Amino acid sequence: MATTIIQTEKLVGKRIRRREDPRLITGTATYVDDIQMPGMHHAAIVRSPHAAAKIRSINIKAAAEAPGVVAVFTGKDTEKVGPVPCGASLPGLRVPHHYILAIDRVYLVGHPVAVVVATDRYLARDAADLVEVEWEVLPAVADPEKAIAPGAPPVHPQWPDNVAFVYHQEGGDVDKAFAEAEVVVKQRITSQRLIPSAMETRGVLAEWRGADRQMTLYTSTQIPHLVRTLVSGMLGLEENRMRVIAPEVGGGFGSKLNVYSEEALMGFVSMKIGKPVKWIESRRENFLCTIHGRGHVDYFEVAAKKDGTILGIKLKLIQDQGAYHQLLGPAIPTLSVLMMPGLYRTKNVRAEIVGVFTNCTPTDAYRGAGRPEATHGIERMVDILADELKMDPAEIRLKNFVHNEEFPFPTATGLTYDSGDYAAPLQKAMGIVDYKKLLAEQAEARKQGKLMGIGICTYGEICGFGPSPATPAGGWECGTVRVEPSGKVTVLTGSCHHGQGEETTFAQIAADELGVDIDDILVLRGDTAIVPYGIGTFGSRATAIGGTALYFALQDLKVKIKKFGAVLLGSPDVSFANGQVTCNKMGKSVSFKEVAAASYRAMKLPPNTEPGLVSTHFWEPPNFTFGFGAHIAVTEIDPETGQITVRRYLAVDDCGNIINPLLVDGQVHGGVAQGMGQALWEQGVYDDNGQLITGEYTDYAMPRAHMMPWIQSEHTITPSPVNPLGVKGVGEAGTIGASPSLVNSVVDALSHLGVRHIDMPMTPEKIWKLVAGGKN
Amino acid sequence: MKINLTINGKKYSPDVEPRLLLIHYLRDVAGLTGAHIGCETSLCGACTIEVNGKSVKSCSMFAVQADGADVLTIEGLAQDGKLHAMQEAFWNQHGLQCGFCTPGMIMACKAILDHNPNPSDDEIRHGIEGNLCRCTGYQHIVNSVKAAAAAGAGK
Repeated sequence: MATTIIQTEKLVGKRIRRREDPRLITGTATYVDDIQMPGMHHAAIVRSPHAAAKIRSINIKAAAEAPGVVAVFTGKDTEKVGPVPCGASLPGLRVPHHYILAIDRVYLVGHPVAVVVATDRYLARDAADLVEVEWEVLPAVADPEKAIAPGAPPVHPQWPDNVAFVYHQEGGDVDKAFAEAEVVVKQRITSQRLIPSAMETRGVLAEWRGADRQMTLYTSTQIPHLVRTLVSGMLGLEENRMRVIAPEVGGGFGSKLNVYSEEALMGFVSMKIGKPVKWIESRRENFLCTIHGRGHVDYFEVAAKKDGTILGIKLKLIQDQGAYHQLLGPAIPTLSVLMMPGLYRTKNVRAEIVGVFTNCTPTDAYRGAGRPEATHGIERMVDILADELKMDPAEIRLKNFVHNEEFPFPTATGLTYDSGDYAAPLQKAMGIVDYKKLLAEQAEARKQGKLMGIGICTYGEICGFGPSPATPAGGWECGTVRVEPSGKVTVLTGSCHHGQGEETTFAQIAADELGVDIDDILVLRGDTAIVPYGIGTFGSRATAIGGTALYFALQDLKVKIKKFGAVLLGSPDVSFANGQVTCNKMGKSVSFKEVAAASYRAMKLPPNTEPGLVSTHFWEPPNFTFGFGAHIAVTEIDPETGQITVRRYLAVDDCGNIINPLLVDGQVHGGVAQGMGQALWEQGVYDDNGQLITGEYTDYAMPRAHMMPWIQSEHTITPSPVNPLGVKGVGEAGTIGASPSLVNSVVDALSHLGVRHIDMPMTPEKIWKLVAGGKN
Repeated sequence: MKINLTINGKKYSPDVEPRLLLIHYLRDVAGLTGAHIGCETSLCGACTIEVNGKSVKSCSMFAVQADGADVLTIEGLAQDGKLHAMQEAFWNQHGLQCGFCTPGMIMACKAILDHNPNPSDDEIRHGIEGNLCRCTGYQHIVNSVKAAAAAGAGK
């Protein structure tokens, strides 16, 4: 047995490789579909091919009699289960009852209508094809602006205007700001539908043990505890009778920050057949039935003085909600409103959101969730304003940034920006790319008829979701440290990482605080029977909140360690450092390992001393954290083809203190790839009948390796005062910074042709037409 | 149908349904769950393995087509407890995040070096264009292949 090595070198801040990787690179990790159980059955789901239709009848006879089939269920069987929950609450929000299987009507392509259960996954799929549904096809609407126009087909007949909610927010005196304006710029800006497309599709394995009245639900989720609370409620099962396990989770990006009908459906099926049952989402189902992101049409107006000072911002935001509200759908555009002033000082804002039902897949949180849309809007508007005033885009930003001495800065939308030096990343980025030289190069290129663009985005991000009053399910996190009798350390966290690397970063934090070797620390997550409770991983919150909960649990633990050490040393005058409890007066010390053993053996404890060495801390953050940064994209456009080449991409992000720079680089690269995907290639396209045209990888242009440029990732560091780690969050920064910097760059390349705005994705066809025809 | 094949040096003689996909045979029958199913349409590459030394997407091949074949999966890459240089490189360079595409990606990257021991960035990027990753933006994967090449992982 390895002896405990005393750790004296600090690990936080070190570029160390991940501890979770050995199982992942050897193919021995366990994702949901890797789990097999004795007696396990397989489910296949029959789904609607129509975006809107009444169900006249469902004939399950042939399917039920097919080889291997043990059961077929339809909406009549599952009517009492559910509904699929919407956790968002807004005044006047219309929430359609979301049955787990359709009853008599479907509202989107992919709407589940029946489930076939068989002994084998092939036989289940065979039989699913034998379910006969007689449809009465109804007119559908797939575009949010068409949906709220008079005469549009109603998505839900009880709400003929297709309006899900209207939400207003206002700060300062907008009318005065616009009355005093010397210039007003307006622009319609869309942020198209995106399909999150984690490489692992969703999957659920439900195991009901009737005699024990206990359910284990394996599901690919970012939020196992919330799934347990909500799905047990949907099934009418006592919460403590359900255990939810998120095994290895193959990416989420917000798409697994949800509660889905299939989670309850598999629970229902397992209870009915008394056997474990597994459902693995096909990629086609993933495109149709897992939430989409974005889906904005934004009408922006910005009022300013001639010197570039922004006076006020108005926004009318039309949010395509899809056919239903999933867990957080209606809350997502409200985050856009919170973030709409960006990094700028203006105190006058007015926003109206119209949430609209369409016969499409529900929209919900996708990497960035509301903040990329807001940033894209304000950063495009600032460039449009700069163009109008013939100002440099960097200069106008520097003029309007919140000043360093103004932190904590109360924003027009009710937030309090924690800390920042907003000019620093921009100035650093301009220095790295040699901005002046680039401008000269661009002027020369234009003389030669070449199209070159320089695009700047300076963004702010609400990270660390979030104080509980601002988060639908509570915004705290839970951390537990359990020192085993042998001195090995087990960390349990309510964060539920799915690729971010907290098995490594949280071990770094614990190793530093306890002074033990990192190899003595094991980080566990994703099992409601192991972790007391947790909110989960999303919204750039894991390190800022989960890491901080762990930090405070470690502080509580250190108090206990000192107490036990004092008993062993026979002196109350002790300190704990580098894995040793020491009494300087006596010149004696005991090791962490000895303390651990003594705490459990409990031989010499004074009366009323609690044995054991375990500490749990639920940490409630007093505020969000606010990361920020500046991205610069340099592009070239081939006028013959409209092809955009990203010649240079620089991200300077300030995510506060950095626990592991290697992992932060990975987050930035991946985030930028998703933002670049939105800017250049990706779009969820529906036809007028509500059919998803981009419903496979053949048609949905997710970035591939040869499409991506090299990304340079740099940082400034402004610690957050909100948590003792000084961290802010970086999971979504790349995504937020990428789309505006790229669109600003391409618009800049074409600005001398009169182009002022381009909607995403900036396909070669779109660009070629602009080059050929001039103005947008 | 009775078939014979060798997987990672071990002989198997299963009786399989003609329509059973090779990936389902590997995962559900042989218990080798390293290769993953990301799309079932050969577009994502999560199921990439080697069949007779050639890189193959095992979701687009029937198990019966592997009759007589020599199959290598991610599970067979490490030898005697020692990681393959490509696995080591992915670990060192942070070439993975969620890990779902990783087994297929590592097999595809190994195949690049098998044919071209010192590929350029461009050759690496085109070499893995059939393998999707949603997490990394591919940059650390490119770094991994370069590091493996520098360590002499190519033939």
